[in-house]
Amino acid sequence: MTPAISVTNLSKTYKSGFQALKNINLEIKQGEIFGLLGPNGAGKTTLISIICGIVTASSGTVLANGHDNVKEYRKTRSLIGLVPQELTTDAFETPWATVNFSRGLFGLPPNHAYVEKILKDLSLWDKKDQRIMTLSGGMKRRVLIAKALSHEPKILFLDEPTAGVDVELRRDMWALVRDLRKTGVTIILTTHYIDEAEEMADRIGVISKGELMLVEEKQALMAKLGKKQLTLELASKLKSIPRTLARHQLSLSKNGAELNYTYDSHANRTGITTLLADIKKAGIAFTDIETRESSLEDIFVSLVRAP
Amino acid sequence: MMNFNAIRSIYIFEMARAGRTLLQSIISPVISTSLYFVVFGAAIGSRIQEIDGVAYGAFIVPGLIMLSLLTQSIANASFGIYFPRFVGTIYELLSAPVSYVDLTIAYVGAAASKSIILGLIILATAAVFVPLEILHPFWMLGFLVLTAVTFSLLGFIIGIWADGFEKLQLIPLLIITPLTFLGGSFYSITMLPPVWQTISYFNPVVYLVSGFRWSFYGAADVSIGVSLLAILGFLAICLAVIAWIFKTGYRLKN
Ligand SMILES: Nc1ncnc2c1ncn2[C@@H]1O[C@H](COP(=O)(O)OP(=O)(O)OP(=O)(O)O)[C@@H](O)[C@H]1O
Ligand SMILES: [Mg+2]
Repeated sequence: MTPAISVTNLSKTYKSGFQALKNINLEIKQGEIFGLLGPNGAGKTTLISIICGIVTASSGTVLANGHDNVKEYRKTRSLIGLVPQELTTDAFETPWATVNFSRGLFGLPPNHAYVEKILKDLSLWDKKDQRIMTLSGGMKRRVLIAKALSHEPKILFLDEPTAGVDVELRRDMWALVRDLRKTGVTIILTTHYIDEAEEMADRIGVISKGELMLVEEKQALMAKLGKKQLTLELASKLKSIPRTLARHQLSLSKNGAELNYTYDSHANRTGITTLLADIKKAGIAFTDIETRESSLEDIFVSLVRAP
Repeated sequence: MMNFNAIRSIYIFEMARAGRTLLQSIISPVISTSLYFVVFGAAIGSRIQEIDGVAYGAFIVPGLIMLSLLTQSIANASFGIYFPRFVGTIYELLSAPVSYVDLTIAYVGAAASKSIILGLIILATAAVFVPLEILHPFWMLGFLVLTAVTFSLLGFIIGIWADGFEKLQLIPLLIITPLTFLGGSFYSITMLPPVWQTISYFNPVVYLVSGFRWSFYGAADVSIGVSLLAILGFLAICLAVIAWIFKTGYRLKN
């Protein structure tokens, strides 16, 4: 099957001379959810902007459903919907007007029933006649999603859809993305958060400093990277780890003020329950408890070092 | 092939924007034109003799309409394309299946429509103050449309070129306003000393005002053919600049 998106030898050097993308090769499969993961300035938005036609590539080609995005731009752009990273909306417009505008802009005849459905799905229907500037940030984000969906795209780009979004909306957004996938839409989302990529994506690409470091099935990647650390802040310092806890692979830090436990967050049994029970038995009191995931930076370090 | 749905969407969007700022886009030019009539037409005009057999109050009508037509066409079109660039909503235009020709038709079409409507409103306002006759109504409309389209194109170019609100104001302020005031809106250039007459012939607005006035009263500073050529020439220049901008992607894309 033709890939939804096929990027070949893509490079981008901005006028400033800064090279934002270095020879990117990437294929996105039909109907998958692809997570593009990378730190600030990695080139995620640049890559998406080139695919969508907002930024011109310095070299390389982009195909969408097999069509060249420069030579057959009308075809490819009709296929693609984009939810940009920035909340750029027409502040004086209403959601109703702006979503209908987008549909027309992408070449489709008006379809009020369809637009109504989108706005209802995104819980914007009761706000449809309000000026966008009077909406909250999360609602503006939803307006942008509605605009991107207005022309029934086959491929949807979500550039950091959950930045600055509360937990509930984030859950709604994920549900929406899953529903869209069920209808056959291919989805590419960017994020800084591993848990988000983990929750949503079928495959994950990691980009850093303009280079695509790896592309892998989520399961495989998470097995590699899904280490978590549990930290207990102790009520009183320990000189050494008590022998009763020896079987738990623990370590002390901060001069014995903290006890650390590293575990695989994807394992069926993380061992946390027995650990806590043993700690209680040993009579160790703690004042705080914290878990920490390997940060993206840690992952990049481990990626670069990987043989 | 053109994306008609897109052109229509942008056109409606732009016209709706004017509807929202009705006060600014229609009422204020009408008020300022009325003031011109009160000052130049009634107060001063009564002391000025007829020009080419036309009462001074009526004589200035075509020039006043041109004045608004030029400034409003430029203002509308430049703002229409500059605003999405400024707030960032341009991303949607660039990612949509529209060609630059589609974009130009939509934005320039909307801006020109607005200033044509405005021109007609000012004409109607003028009719309240002075007795009007229009000898060549079709030529009148022709000049109105051609001028509106040409200067909307110029505004569109300015809106793409500008990278700040100051620049957006700069050209209209520094170039267009002086040219229109010195372009024979309020006088016939034959009334000027010979040196200034010669200088005036380098002012493109002179040809517009002259041709437009001819369509009203049949009298002109320069021949109607020359006026028509001047405006068509200016239109061609604007089209060439637009074509170049789009060929190079100038200022729209990184
Ligand atoms: N118009 C531009 N001119 C020059 N450099 C640019 C331009 N746009 C982006 N860059 C640079 O390109 C690099 C990649 O930017 P990009 O926006 O693609 O990163 P990103 O991965 O989306 O980051 P974030 O996670 O912060 O959104 C950055 O170093 C940025 O400064
Ligand atoms: Mg970004």
